[in-house]
Amino acid sequence: MAHPVISVRGVSKSYVLGAMAGHDTLRDHLTHGARALLRRFQSPGKAQAGNGDTETFWALKDVSFTLEEGAVLGVVGRNGAGKSTLLKILSQITEPTSGEIEIRGRVASLLEVGTGFHPELTGRENVFLNGAVLGMSRREIKAKFDEIVAFAEVERFLDTPVKRYSSGMYVRLAFAVAAHLEPEILIVDEVLAVGDAAFQKKCLGKMSAVADCGRTVLFVSHNLGAVQRLCTRGLYLEKGRLEHAGSIESVIDAYQRATESLAQSAPPAREPGSRPYQFLDWELKGELYPDKHACFSRDECEILCRLQVTRHVPEAIIVFALWNDHGDLIVSGESQGEANRFFSISPGLHEVAIKVRLPIRPGLYQIQFLLNCQGENLENCYLEPRLHVLPNLNTTLPEKWQGAVTEKVDFAMRETSPAAAAL
Amino acid sequence: MSSVPAPAKGATSPIPAESHPKEHPGPVRLIRARRGAVGLDVAELWRYRELFGFLVWRDILVRYKQTYLGIAWAVVQPLLYMLVFTALGHAAKFPNYGVPYPLISLAGLLPWQFFSTALTDSSNSLLTSSNMISKVYFPRLIVPSGAVLSGTVDFLASFVLFLVFELCYRMPIRVELLLIPFFFLYAVLAALSAGVWLSALSVRYRDVKYIVPFLTRIGLIACPLAFPSTVIPERWRLLYSLNPVASIIDGFRWCALGPAFAPKWEGLGLSFLLTLVVLGLGLAYFRSTERRFADLI
Repeated sequence: MAHPVISVRGVSKSYVLGAMAGHDTLRDHLTHGARALLRRFQSPGKAQAGNGDTETFWALKDVSFTLEEGAVLGVVGRNGAGKSTLLKILSQITEPTSGEIEIRGRVASLLEVGTGFHPELTGRENVFLNGAVLGMSRREIKAKFDEIVAFAEVERFLDTPVKRYSSGMYVRLAFAVAAHLEPEILIVDEVLAVGDAAFQKKCLGKMSAVADCGRTVLFVSHNLGAVQRLCTRGLYLEKGRLEHAGSIESVIDAYQRATESLAQSAPPAREPGSRPYQFLDWELKGELYPDKHACFSRDECEILCRLQVTRHVPEAIIVFALWNDHGDLIVSGESQGEANRFFSISPGLHEVAIKVRLPIRPGLYQIQFLLNCQGENLENCYLEPRLHVLPNLNTTLPEKWQGAVTEKVDFAMRETSPAAAAL
Repeated sequence: MSSVPAPAKGATSPIPAESHPKEHPGPVRLIRARRGAVGLDVAELWRYRELFGFLVWRDILVRYKQTYLGIAWAVVQPLLYMLVFTALGHAAKFPNYGVPYPLISLAGLLPWQFFSTALTDSSNSLLTSSNMISKVYFPRLIVPSGAVLSGTVDFLASFVLFLVFELCYRMPIRVELLLIPFFFLYAVLAALSAGVWLSALSVRYRDVKYIVPFLTRIGLIACPLAFPSTVIPERWRLLYSLNPVASIIDGFRWCALGPAFAPKWEGLGLSFLLTLVVLGLGLAYFRSTERRFADLI
């Protein structure tokens, strides 16, 4: 067992909201001070009561965890859950209000690409500047300079000020510098995932390369697919508190459950035996899905659903439907039409297996099952939890360009009429 | 405390980690809330000396980018001031002790130009690097101190200009010129002592942006630039030389032009002590507010 490289013990961070926080000019501060003084004279008893227009906001509250060498930790949580604050504290950019952190090893944090880039300076100059800002020594940068330039593909523009670069070139150069950092601990924020999809892919590829080298990585993202692929361990933050820590699967699962329970009111509990016909629960089959309730878009899935019946059903038809968040029916099928299958179901516990390809937009989907016999619906239910479709990592389209159907599209090109040869 | 162990890689290494304890050569860093006064972390500043160098280098490179005259501005600016002050000196008939007015004003302008740009750049330095401050860790002190030093090249250029003028006017080159570095260092400390205060205050109070240009304009009149300090009545001289910049300017003139321009030595000593005290307090203030820079900026 390796030593912990990061131990976080009871870390909290508070910000003061309200009037005090807005004191950006000296005058505000002076008038505020004067008023406070005045109040103290007027009502000496209430001097310590504080003024009502300030409020303490806990961005992080009593977070503790340890991280061992070589672990790749994914931090998930909704906006404002404290993820970025945690990374900022670990990067020493801001101080915790209480608690302490012990870090062994050289830390590099990438909360943004191109930090310290100066628009007036040339590409060459910025490589050195940015490298130094990220914590590389001059010798290190010199040694890796050619590699960085080749990675960024900007050889021809090395002596051009970066303000004349296209945004693509700028980001490539900035990322190239960051990619050649060799820290023992790498801290990466989601903002890294700006830029086009190809760039994001490059980022993720580089991150897994770093992780494969046995270095410790902390990674914040909303992209659960990326988190699940890259990370071994996870932290789930909720309103500044550590909600769950453990294997990445369990963390994503906990996060999804929480998201679901917020998105919809709690469904009625389904205890077996309370009704004659009942769909109990569902899961995905296969080792591919450690989560059991999440798959990647375009996957061929096998959904297993447990069905309990107490009476014989001679000619049963099973209907399966998948609904999106907006209540649109996305995928459906029924056993009679699709497979010409009537099932004869005897009393007891059964497992319904459904094979279906899901080339659908990433997101959460509600699963519906229906049991019909001779035109009569015996059971109709929405099952918990919802199916989480994760982004297919082969597609490079940004989310807003992904259609409801994410089927693979093939491209080919051939010349149909050659241009007239120049004379 | 919930533990987040590494993936099961232990199987690949049959030797328990305890048997090679030197696994982590890297430094152990403790991050926690600091309370009260915080000392200077000289070792850390030393570790970041390369970044400090890079920041100074950047400021020097950027200073005259996309200007037609480029580094020549470092010479043109004092020249223009020199013309104005020479005219003023002639008109007001300030004592010149046999030294041409252009040399008197130029000798004063050398440290003044350095000090005023250093003060301005250093006071604004944290705000102009706010992006870096909120995204990367480094000892924040290197930002205002680097900004002070970035004017060094300009100073050297204008110093060469001054030497050229001395030769043109056939002034004797005095041995005391070798003491110029001391007064230059004093100017650095004076600019730093104000810059550390003002930059730290600027994070919270943007008023600094308006105070600094005011200070430098007042300084242009209040410091002995257009005139030698000897025009100040003797009983006010000591008080007057408590202004570090006035003492520095006198010192420069004394080095370059002769004993007639000698500073009030006890005033110079006092102002130097004063500068050190202000600098010390400024560093303490900077260090204790530093922890909140990223939250406030």
